[in-house]
Amino acid sequence: MGRVSTSATDHSPPHAGFAFILKKALLSAFVALVLFSLMIGIRTEAGPTGQLTYWTRFDELAITVAIVFVGSIVIELVRRWLGPSGASELVPARVQNGLAASGRYVAPALLIFTLLVPVIFYRQRYILDLGVLVLTYVMLGWGLNVVVGLAGLLDLGYVAFYAVGAYSYALFATTFGLSFWICLPIAGILASLWGVMLGFPVLRLRGDYLAIVTLAFGEIIRLVIVNWQSLTGGPNGISSIPRPTLFGIPLTPGPNGFAAKLGIAFDPTHRLVFLFYIILAMALITNWVTIRLRGLPIGRAWEALREDEVACRALGINTTTTKLTAFATGALFGGFAGAFFATRQGFISPESFTFQESALVLAIVVLGGMGSQLGVALAALAMIGGFELFRGLEQYRMLVFGMAMVLLMIWRPRGLIGHRAPTVYLKQAHAISSDLVKEGHG
Amino acid sequence: MDYFAQQLINGLVLGSIYGLIAIGYTMVYGIVGMINFAHGDIFMIGGFIALISFLILVSFGLTAVPVILLIVLLVSMAITALYGWTVERIAYRPLRHSFRLAPMLSAIGMSFVLSNFSQVAQGARVKPVPPIITGGYTLHHSADGFVVRLSNVQIVVVLTTIVLLAIFTWLVARTRLGRDMRACEQDQTMAALLGVDVDRTISMTFVIGAALAAVAGMMYLLYYGQVDFFMGFVAGIKAFTAAVLGGIGSLPGAMLGGLAIGLIETFWSAYFSVEYKDVAAFSILIVVLIFMPTGLLGRPEVEKV
Repeated sequence: MGRVSTSATDHSPPHAGFAFILKKALLSAFVALVLFSLMIGIRTEAGPTGQLTYWTRFDELAITVAIVFVGSIVIELVRRWLGPSGASELVPARVQNGLAASGRYVAPALLIFTLLVPVIFYRQRYILDLGVLVLTYVMLGWGLNVVVGLAGLLDLGYVAFYAVGAYSYALFATTFGLSFWICLPIAGILASLWGVMLGFPVLRLRGDYLAIVTLAFGEIIRLVIVNWQSLTGGPNGISSIPRPTLFGIPLTPGPNGFAAKLGIAFDPTHRLVFLFYIILAMALITNWVTIRLRGLPIGRAWEALREDEVACRALGINTTTTKLTAFATGALFGGFAGAFFATRQGFISPESFTFQESALVLAIVVLGGMGSQLGVALAALAMIGGFELFRGLEQYRMLVFGMAMVLLMIWRPRGLIGHRAPTVYLKQAHAISSDLVKEGHG
Repeated sequence: MDYFAQQLINGLVLGSIYGLIAIGYTMVYGIVGMINFAHGDIFMIGGFIALISFLILVSFGLTAVPVILLIVLLVSMAITALYGWTVERIAYRPLRHSFRLAPMLSAIGMSFVLSNFSQVAQGARVKPVPPIITGGYTLHHSADGFVVRLSNVQIVVVLTTIVLLAIFTWLVARTRLGRDMRACEQDQTMAALLGVDVDRTISMTFVIGAALAAVAGMMYLLYYGQVDFFMGFVAGIKAFTAAVLGGIGSLPGAMLGGLAIGLIETFWSAYFSVEYKDVAAFSILIVVLIFMPTGLLGRPEVEKV
């Protein structure tokens, strides 16, 4: 790669005046006009007879171009206001240190709040539902964090393990009538086996190639699920998946139900609260295991692998087992989360296991700063919460998601919470600012 | 035998389309060293622009098919090339000195932006067009009534691919731009010291790649008679497979890989199962990367500390 300063053109000379900004904005507007002339200016649609028709939308085209024009001026002004160093100094060092110090209290506070969520929001089913969803993604994020954040292996097919977990539970439960608690470990182990199966062939691949192969793997799993109709029900999915029980007591309205045994009135929210605590417990176990593993030789080997694979091998670390355990551990948690997803929904279909899902979980890990447990949790909250804000604008959701991903990479490639405390240190732990952490080539 | 010959024709036509997309992947990988994940969606945009410009031309009362095709081709190439330029300018250039995974993630984001932009702008439904080029030649009548046909569309697709490849090869081998591109591929720092405008060369690489993807998009539209906002994803992965199979970074390799993938997919559908044709293509990607990561015509990558 070129190390000659080729990015100099990115920053306009500081002395350039308003004419320069205007010229740049006009150019941007012109580019936008050409780009969108046909895509926005003309709308096509297949008519009732299959004949394609079109109509013009020049007003929308004009609005879009105007937005680009104004936006370009604003961005240029903001960039000038911030100075040539960009956004990195937006938060002064003192504030960053303060944040780091208060970070110690954020995690316990967040945990206590999460524990109390079902109590506070008992009457708001919507918030409880959202909480379960967020926790599912927190768990997925923590699972993928082992692979991407700790071991530095870019996995674009994580959703495959989620799918394996979900389908194993659904199939075992509907075919053999096994309960959730028996199937949960089975689903995890099966997913983990698939993780090893994926891990073996891709051991020699690095970086981008690894990413593409994992992506292909995820797509293969999804396509097999879609096409193997006799087993998986194909696109129709599997329905009436049994709900989890509390030590064998179902949370149903009948005489054997949980409410009847306790002698209280049945409330469908009971089950929701139960699900909330299950996923919270599962996520916390994931977190605990990950933190413990980080202190063990294998966890240290993961982090070493992330920083420099060649040095790892030179030091005698067995990269094969290191990579395989990372894949297996990540897949295990993915499988658990998948089984939970199946039991929560009661219905699964291949629709839920597309590449978008993988990208979403990956975005959570990246946004969370790759390696930071708290960061991943906050990122999941922000991401899923953000998605909910755009619920009304269903089709704009992924558009905004994609833009956010690009902007995030440009503005803060290390994630919003850019702090990664080293697990191993000499005498005193120095928190490393994410900007300084060098990425390996794994 | 006749069935085989027919599949061979179909496979070669499909392979030409994949090859055109694969060139974009391989060129960008050669110069910038990243997988342009959004390239498949650039191909999709190319298809859409070809569709819209075709619709406008027809509604203006133009009937001469060759004129229509030429205008559609040029418009589609020009606008899609601008898309390629814009994507590089917005999403990749600021990240050129960032950490290794950043451009990849940015490219995934850009891929979402492009596909969902066209969903929002043009609707989620499949857009069909009536066959623009009709007719064809019957090559052989077999005894059991099976007919081997070579349609005019197939001829147009293959001929356009050959002509464009010739222009493209000339561009890379003989022009100043091509020399700059090859220089940047070998050593960007040295090229910059010798007066090559690296930024501009990289931009032009994206522009050319996008223009070729636009041609592929238009050929897809002609051949299959429909486009939709989601077609870029699968086509993109297959074309990437083609680029890897041919040896990433190698231009003839990309075309060769494209033809191979087209043939494999067609024969797989013809003799095994249509449902699993994508699985077959993805499996090839995995197998190739594991057993011959340098592909057919690629150079081995040296591992540097």
